[in-house]
Amino acid sequence: MSGATETPSEADTSALPPRRPYLSRMSQSFTPVILLLIIIVFSLREGASFLNPRNFNDIIIDSSQLVVLTVGLTFVIITAGIDLSVGSVLILSSVVAAKVMIALSGTPQDIANFQFPTQQVGIPVGLLAGVVTGLICGVINGALITRLQMPSFIVTLGMLGIALGLGQLLSGGTSVPNVPPAVQSAIGLRELVGLEIGGQRVRITPPVVIAYGIALVAAVVLNRTRFGRYTYAIGSNAAASRRAGVNVNLHLVKIYALSGLLAGVAGAMDLMRFGTASVGSHQSDNLAAISASVIGGTSLFGGIGTIGGSVVGAFIPTVLRNGLVITRVQPFWQNVAIGMVLILAVYIDQRRRKAEERM
Amino acid sequence: MALSAALARQPVLEARGINKHFGPVQALTEVNLSVFPGEVVALIGDNGAGKSTLINVLTGVLPLESGTILFNGEPVHFSSPHEARECGIETVYQDLAVAPHLDAVANIFLGRERRQPGIAGALGFLNNPLMRKETEEQLAKLRVRVPGLERRLVTLSGGQRQGVAVARAVMWASKVVIMDEPTAALGVAQTAMVLDLVRQVRDTGIPVVFISHNMPNVYQVADRIVVLRLGEIVTELDPKTTSIEDAVAAMTGSTRFVTKEVV
Ligand SMILES: Nc1ncnc2c1ncn2[C@@H]1O[C@H](COP(=O)(O)OP(=O)(O)O)[C@@H](O)[C@H]1O
Ligand SMILES: [Mg+2]
Repeated sequence: MSGATETPSEADTSALPPRRPYLSRMSQSFTPVILLLIIIVFSLREGASFLNPRNFNDIIIDSSQLVVLTVGLTFVIITAGIDLSVGSVLILSSVVAAKVMIALSGTPQDIANFQFPTQQVGIPVGLLAGVVTGLICGVINGALITRLQMPSFIVTLGMLGIALGLGQLLSGGTSVPNVPPAVQSAIGLRELVGLEIGGQRVRITPPVVIAYGIALVAAVVLNRTRFGRYTYAIGSNAAASRRAGVNVNLHLVKIYALSGLLAGVAGAMDLMRFGTASVGSHQSDNLAAISASVIGGTSLFGGIGTIGGSVVGAFIPTVLRNGLVITRVQPFWQNVAIGMVLILAVYIDQRRRKAEERM
Repeated sequence: MALSAALARQPVLEARGINKHFGPVQALTEVNLSVFPGEVVALIGDNGAGKSTLINVLTGVLPLESGTILFNGEPVHFSSPHEARECGIETVYQDLAVAPHLDAVANIFLGRERRQPGIAGALGFLNNPLMRKETEEQLAKLRVRVPGLERRLVTLSGGQRQGVAVARAVMWASKVVIMDEPTAALGVAQTAMVLDLVRQVRDTGIPVVFISHNMPNVYQVADRIVVLRLGEIVTELDPKTTSIEDAVAAMTGSTRFVTKEVV
């Protein structure tokens, strides 16, 4: 604040010009640059087998579940929290969805004969059950974090174990068999829009529409609504938000519920895409989603982050895995690379935070 | 002011017999404080005297241990600072309590967001242009200039952030303004503007509780000076008949003040 007069005064020397620390500028352009570098490296190495419309279409379809998880985590991380449980909640949700779907699609006799007479009921109710399972896990996370005043790190680490264990118990530790194949053929792989590009067929499928639809809605909510404003405010200064009359605890429960809900949606998407609930995969999804969000510019210290950045961030693990498979490198290198990029991104975030505090 | 004498004598805000402990530390002992319409009460005291604790108890940040708080003569119980704000009591806390990643307008309207009309508003869509316009109008009326209303506070200096907190309190207050060291981070010109604001607010009939370490500032704006020492109110000074030396003596408990009082 300066005087009513516009004359520069002694006091105004403390009013810094909008000097942006270079690391802050850097972290904003960091994500697309890294993504571009990864694409360039694979393109140079593999040529047309990586750089073709069909493969990019695959990347977009493959990104769909991670985008959904990353959107949820972006809300959580902006409030200066963390949700380590999303990968496990995804697994539990997809197992519950599969079990409910099978149970409602026919008698055990029918199912054993691979007949699904009532799948018109079984499939939608099953998918819904998966989503609700995720929502319940999220509400439990949020309730424990706010009621017991426990760190989100600990509560969601506990939920990681609980949800994974329950998923394994329900499924017997293996992929759930006898899921009605229509969930994959009629929903997950359905071609909503198809285009011929350079002699290759490029498809838009329901998982892509769901993922990017969710991302779009989330971006609008975060930017334009009071819910989004409170999300940033709580991450920026929870005590100040509370003093201003924001119901911080209720908002945080909603945030973790949202993260759980989206993990449930991603679990339902698993059934649509692969036609089975697999307990073995997705164990490193929380690493990928947290990394995607942080690489995309969300600050672990809270108050900073965008959906757009996170979506770009979500492409990094997806492109890495795709490229590594084509290169015939063990795709497990993906986790190694993601871990390293995560550490680098957090280092940059810390430097940015310190630079801001000096101002 | 055209208030009747009886009404003018009723405090807007009154604390009676307030005590507060932090473990073994007795931060406040039987504190009484009255705030009358249209006055600036300065609350002074050494570091750790209990000034901020008193403010926190009065505005619902800290729970009331024992004693009574009266608002317009009625006993009140603020269980959160939000409840105090809803009664028209606005506070600039010593730790500022702003959200540094939001801009000035978002901070000023935090918890009181204006929403768009109709369905969009019901869905929670914010009316940012309206909030911006209302902020500009209010600040112009108060002759306050906050640079870069659209800039996140992290990009502002400490003094500018403090300015946003002061502007927010003054904008919303309808009954009492409380400022805990509002000029601590400010330069000369900014301090002069805050003092000017304090007088403006008082002239509208809204009392101001002004906490400061800066004795010249206190003597410039205060109508009444209340001295807190080690959690107790030790005396009240009239700035017209006392000097800064008297205030310092009362704060530190040196003998000079005592002899003067006896005389
Ligand atoms: N949250 C707290 N916990 C423990 N002690 C506190 C707390 N807040 C204040 N105190 C103690 O209460 C006393 C008064 O502090 P404070 O009200 O901040 O003083 P002032 O604002 O006058 O400088 C000090 O001894 C301080 O250490
Ligand atoms: Mg203090």
